[in-house]
Amino acid sequence: MNAPLLEVEHLTMRFGGLVAVDDLSFTAMDQRITAIIGPNGAGKTTVFNCLTGFYRPTVGRLTFHGRFGPVLLEREDGFRIPRHGIARTFQNIRLFAHMTALENLVVAQHNHLMRASGYTVLGLFGWKGYRAAERAAIERARYWLDRMGLLARADWDAGSLPYGEQRKLEIARAMCTQPKLLCLDEPAAGLNPRETAELAELLVEIRDREQIGILLIEHDMSMVMRISDQIIVLDYGRKIAEGTPEQIRTDPVVIKAYLGEAEDEELPEEVREDLARLGGGA
Amino acid sequence: MSTVATVGPRATAGGFDLARALKEAGLAAFVAFVLFVPLAGFKLVGQEGQLALEYRPHWVLIGTAAVFVGHLAINFIRAMRGPSQRARGEAGAMARFFTVHARWFGLAAALLAFLLPFTPLGNRYVVDVATTVLIYVMLGWGLNIVVGLAGLLDLGYVAFYAVGAYSYALFAQWFGLGFWEALPIAGVLAAIAGILLGFPVLRLRGDYLAIVTLGFGEIIRVVLLNWYDVTNGPDGISGIPRPTFFGLEFKRYSPDGMTFSQFFGIEYSSLHRVIFLYYLILILALITNWFVLRIRRLPIGRAWEALREDEIACKALGINPTNTKLTAFALGAMFGGFAGSFFATRQGFISPESFTFIESATILAIVVLGGMGSQIGVALAALVIVVLPELGREFEQFRMLLFGAAMVGIMVWRPRGLLAFREPTVRLHGRGQGEEAPR
Ligand SMILES: Nc1ncnc2c1ncn2[C@@H]1O[C@H](COP(=O)(O)OP(=O)(O)OP(=O)(O)O)[C@@H](O)[C@H]1O
Ligand SMILES: [Mg+2]
Repeated sequence: MNAPLLEVEHLTMRFGGLVAVDDLSFTAMDQRITAIIGPNGAGKTTVFNCLTGFYRPTVGRLTFHGRFGPVLLEREDGFRIPRHGIARTFQNIRLFAHMTALENLVVAQHNHLMRASGYTVLGLFGWKGYRAAERAAIERARYWLDRMGLLARADWDAGSLPYGEQRKLEIARAMCTQPKLLCLDEPAAGLNPRETAELAELLVEIRDREQIGILLIEHDMSMVMRISDQIIVLDYGRKIAEGTPEQIRTDPVVIKAYLGEAEDEELPEEVREDLARLGGGA
Repeated sequence: MSTVATVGPRATAGGFDLARALKEAGLAAFVAFVLFVPLAGFKLVGQEGQLALEYRPHWVLIGTAAVFVGHLAINFIRAMRGPSQRARGEAGAMARFFTVHARWFGLAAALLAFLLPFTPLGNRYVVDVATTVLIYVMLGWGLNIVVGLAGLLDLGYVAFYAVGAYSYALFAQWFGLGFWEALPIAGVLAAIAGILLGFPVLRLRGDYLAIVTLGFGEIIRVVLLNWYDVTNGPDGISGIPRPTFFGLEFKRYSPDGMTFSQFFGIEYSSLHRVIFLYYLILILALITNWFVLRIRRLPIGRAWEALREDEIACKALGINPTNTKLTAFALGAMFGGFAGSFFATRQGFISPESFTFIESATILAIVVLGGMGSQIGVALAALVIVVLPELGREFEQFRMLLFGAAMVGIMVWRPRGLLAFREPTVRLHGRGQGEEAPR
């Protein structure tokens, strides 16, 4: 249960002279929510892009204990990584806007369906096995639409859904790939407080029911503090702290990073928390 | 913010900003004037054995005035119709109606097409034009895979048409293959050409892709033109065998066996072959349609559309973009190849002349006019594009002008194509159930 799921060792990512991620090491546990926080430009999204094969790390080893045993992610082609059980969402939502919500979730099961359709050949002739596989895929899509409360809007174009529902749909789409690790890049951005609270509940539920690990980038500190099992704090690409929410909340280094040079040791707890919640702005 | 920016200037009082429209029309007229002065303003005339210039200021004035009025009219129409159709990506009730009932329209159209040669309309000329329409319908449906579904702008589609035509011509010439034996070979060769084009352009999108594919189309044509030993260069290949009806030839007499008319004991008529060719392309086109409709609902078809929408998201879902794109290129090209074979057997003669850029442009125009991804729309657009110039024959040199005006008209009224309405590949709720999406 408490096995490591993802081990990041000495991850460094340089863009020309800019070091976006600097010698970062951490371990994300199975069935745990691991949050990555830090001010704007700290390198959080870059970490995700390295994990999911969009960037090739300059240095580092990324071991993922995936569906077929351990793999070194830095050596895999980007589009192969999801097969090992990593799914992600994007900071700026990337849905297939002119396809329906349901279609978005069916596309997420592409590789499985492709095999079932005999790489299209059998599917063309309406082979029974493929039709069964497609029905199962639609069933899975329906399940996730239902859990996200999107069932009635299944046949809407994804692009015409309200913003909050688009965020949910993107999570549902990631879940339809049946991942072992779900990477969420600021899922609460743009949500109102009520939606954020629902989202927090949902993530905990996904962790416990689906029994998967979640890697969470988030600026909303109240949510991070409430649901994370482990928090990693980045600043200028470097890890400046790591620990449970309680440890992070009171860590002077973290507070300093978030508030810049301002002296804050004397601030009362509530004020400090509020400032931290404003987080990225600092 | 972006909505304000797009709606802003036109949103005033539901519409028409006269000063602005006048200014824009004036600008367009000025550009037209600059162009018309050298193009239409002078005419070379022979005068007492010498060349002299004749000045034609009235032509320049007429042209400039036409542009001014036309520009103003287009702006006015746009303003009256409201600014939003394009901005909201709205499809229009008619497009929706057509697409939702596509099955019935399709069946009715197919039935009409099957009966056409036997109706009073079905004279030689009409059947011949209908055959040409169907070639373009098939090409449009083939290109629709690449452009409409996968969203890859291909300006060199005629290359695959040419590969198919030359494949059949050459295999017939060298190995004596008949149409039916050569057809699959032509399809495969065209598909290989599609993959060969696909590899270098995998990373390109939009304009860049269009330019490279345009170049590819030209390369194929130039090769055909210059590879004398094989393709006979600009002289082309003649004597391409005509198709047979299960081995029965369409001739008055045949040295090797029975002819079609002898077998069925009917009087020989040269119309038989025309009608046979018509049915041949009709069936090929219907197979193409079946294939495209079918594959759109398969994982590969959905992956094409997803790729068109967002390639990065596709990668994050484990879709291999390389293979997906190459399949689109290959399958699109394959149907181009089939159509090319048919073209060769219909004409009996081919030369590089038939495979110029204007063909690619016409096919692309059909797909865009039809409404990308819409099968019925493409068929309708092919009809318009082939038949309109035919109807305009009386107008002689004004024919292309009318044609151009019609194209502009369609793009003004239906900027996203005649029938741009996407029917989902799969539904959870029946039509009218579930929540109604905002349109
Ligand atoms: N492809 C790239 N090329 C060059 N620089 C990049 C690239 N991607 C990211 N960077 C830089 O790396 C740094 C970290 O960016 P990153 O997007 O990872 O930050 P972040 O922590 O996700 O910030 P935010 O909270 O704003 O999303 C930034 O300075 C950014 O400009
Ligand atoms: Mg980011």
